[in-house]
Amino acid sequence: MTPIVKTEGLTHLYSPGTPFERIAVQDLDFQAMKGEFIGIIGHTGSGKSTFIQHLNGLLKPTKGRVLFDGEDIWSSKTKTHGVRFKVGLVFQYPEYQLFEETVYKDIAFGPKNMKLSEEEIDARVREAADLVGIGEELLEKSPFDLSGGQKRRVAIAGVIAMRPDVLILDEPTAGLDPAGSAEILANIKDYHHRMGSTVLFVTHSMEDAARIADRLLVFSGGHLVMDGTPNAIFARPEELEAIDLGIPEITRVVARLREKGLDIPAAIYTVEQAKAALMKLKEGKADA
Amino acid sequence: MLKNITLGQYFPGNTFVHRLDPRTKLLIIVVYIVALFLVDKITAYLPVIVFLAISVMVSKIKLKSLVSGMKPLFVIIVITAIINLFFTSGEPIVKLWVVTITKEGVRAAVFMLLRISLLIMGTFMLTYTTAPMQLTDGLESLLGPLKKIKMPVHELAMMMSIALRFIPTLIEETDKIMNAQKARGADFETGGLVQKAKAMLPLLIPLFISAFRRADELATAMESRCYSGGEGRTKMKQLCYGAIDVTAGAAAIVLLAMVILLNTFGI
Repeated sequence: MTPIVKTEGLTHLYSPGTPFERIAVQDLDFQAMKGEFIGIIGHTGSGKSTFIQHLNGLLKPTKGRVLFDGEDIWSSKTKTHGVRFKVGLVFQYPEYQLFEETVYKDIAFGPKNMKLSEEEIDARVREAADLVGIGEELLEKSPFDLSGGQKRRVAIAGVIAMRPDVLILDEPTAGLDPAGSAEILANIKDYHHRMGSTVLFVTHSMEDAARIADRLLVFSGGHLVMDGTPNAIFARPEELEAIDLGIPEITRVVARLREKGLDIPAAIYTVEQAKAALMKLKEGKADA
Repeated sequence: MLKNITLGQYFPGNTFVHRLDPRTKLLIIVVYIVALFLVDKITAYLPVIVFLAISVMVSKIKLKSLVSGMKPLFVIIVITAIINLFFTSGEPIVKLWVVTITKEGVRAAVFMLLRISLLIMGTFMLTYTTAPMQLTDGLESLLGPLKKIKMPVHELAMMMSIALRFIPTLIEETDKIMNAQKARGADFETGGLVQKAKAMLPLLIPLFISAFRRADELATAMESRCYSGGEGRTKMKQLCYGAIDVTAGAAAIVLLAMVILLNTFGI
């Protein structure tokens, strides 16, 4: 099976040839299969954002190739333009890109640019709004009258209305309250589930990364330094701390509990897992 | 792509020209422009050119950056020179089909060319060697006397510094929104003029909204730090004239005197 997106020796320099030249990503080899759910973690300035902007052709690699479904996205102009619809990118604070008079029109902006028929656009707008939990009654409202969380969801709907095969989100939950961010993560999972598409999301929350991703990419200094399942990656806390990242808080709690002599497994990364382990321990004691 | 806009760009340095009081530089530029417009004999351009050359050398500004700054205005300069060349009446020297070039035309074209280029390069020298904030401080102080006739000088200077401060922020924001809309398939590059103008809407509306939002936030932030206009406000960096300002001022007066002298006695 061909990977849906793939990069080969991807290198990007900012302001090449000037005194401000800076390497953003270097020699990056990566591939993702259809249906994967991938979390991207890394310190600020580690190259995550530069990397994701290559996947839909917004940035052109200084060296190396970006392939979509086995084809180089820079081989022709139409291909570069076309890949924007197949790889949907939701930027940080996407609510600042809203511009239309109504929520409906704003979500329809992407599909319209794809030159789809009216009925098709209508179907996609309603489907996307439904996926992110924006009710029918909001569709005719101005996007500027919505709450922060709602605006964010409308902006995300604007990208998923293009039904991209790969959905990339740059810190989709930044600046939202816990309820709002839980809702957005649930929406994204829902989309992944229903469409079977590949999802990549950048996050600073190790908890989110552990909870919803099947695979994690760790960036540092423009390099992809780790690539594996959350379990495999969080089992290396020293290496993560060396690049200013951490492990989920609950994992730390579990480690302290083990130090105190409690007999629970170390490989616990989410509160749910911890709860299950503790309950089991309690039941075990009750049985004895 | 928006990053290479040079708008009142400042090249930091610590030369004689950089260390001058911004008020001195503003006054000198006024004298320089007056001198430039007084010139009516070709030799009188000499002191102006020498003055500019000396300030360029002293300030260590690269000639290349001065010339590249003129690029956008190059077309205007050339057109002005050509119009002057062909449409000045007087003693004809070349006659070609319908066009006649007169002696006066050549003179006017050369004068215009020199005048505009020297004017632009001179003002560039001011913005290249003076930080924007210093410039507004200098303006505020120079326009100070106008407060007596109820001119809101402080407010104008404050608006200017805020505007300058936000240029890079807005450029960055434009880049971001542009990328976000491109990710939704917006096309800013192809199509005719009308299509291109229409394509700008998804960029301009969010940009305006965010500019208003920023202005609102800034106003709140300023008010919560008790900003209440210029009345009784003191400065962290006091402007004060020094010996170098006297030297530079004297040089400007010499320039003016030379121009007047050459106008009267030169050829």
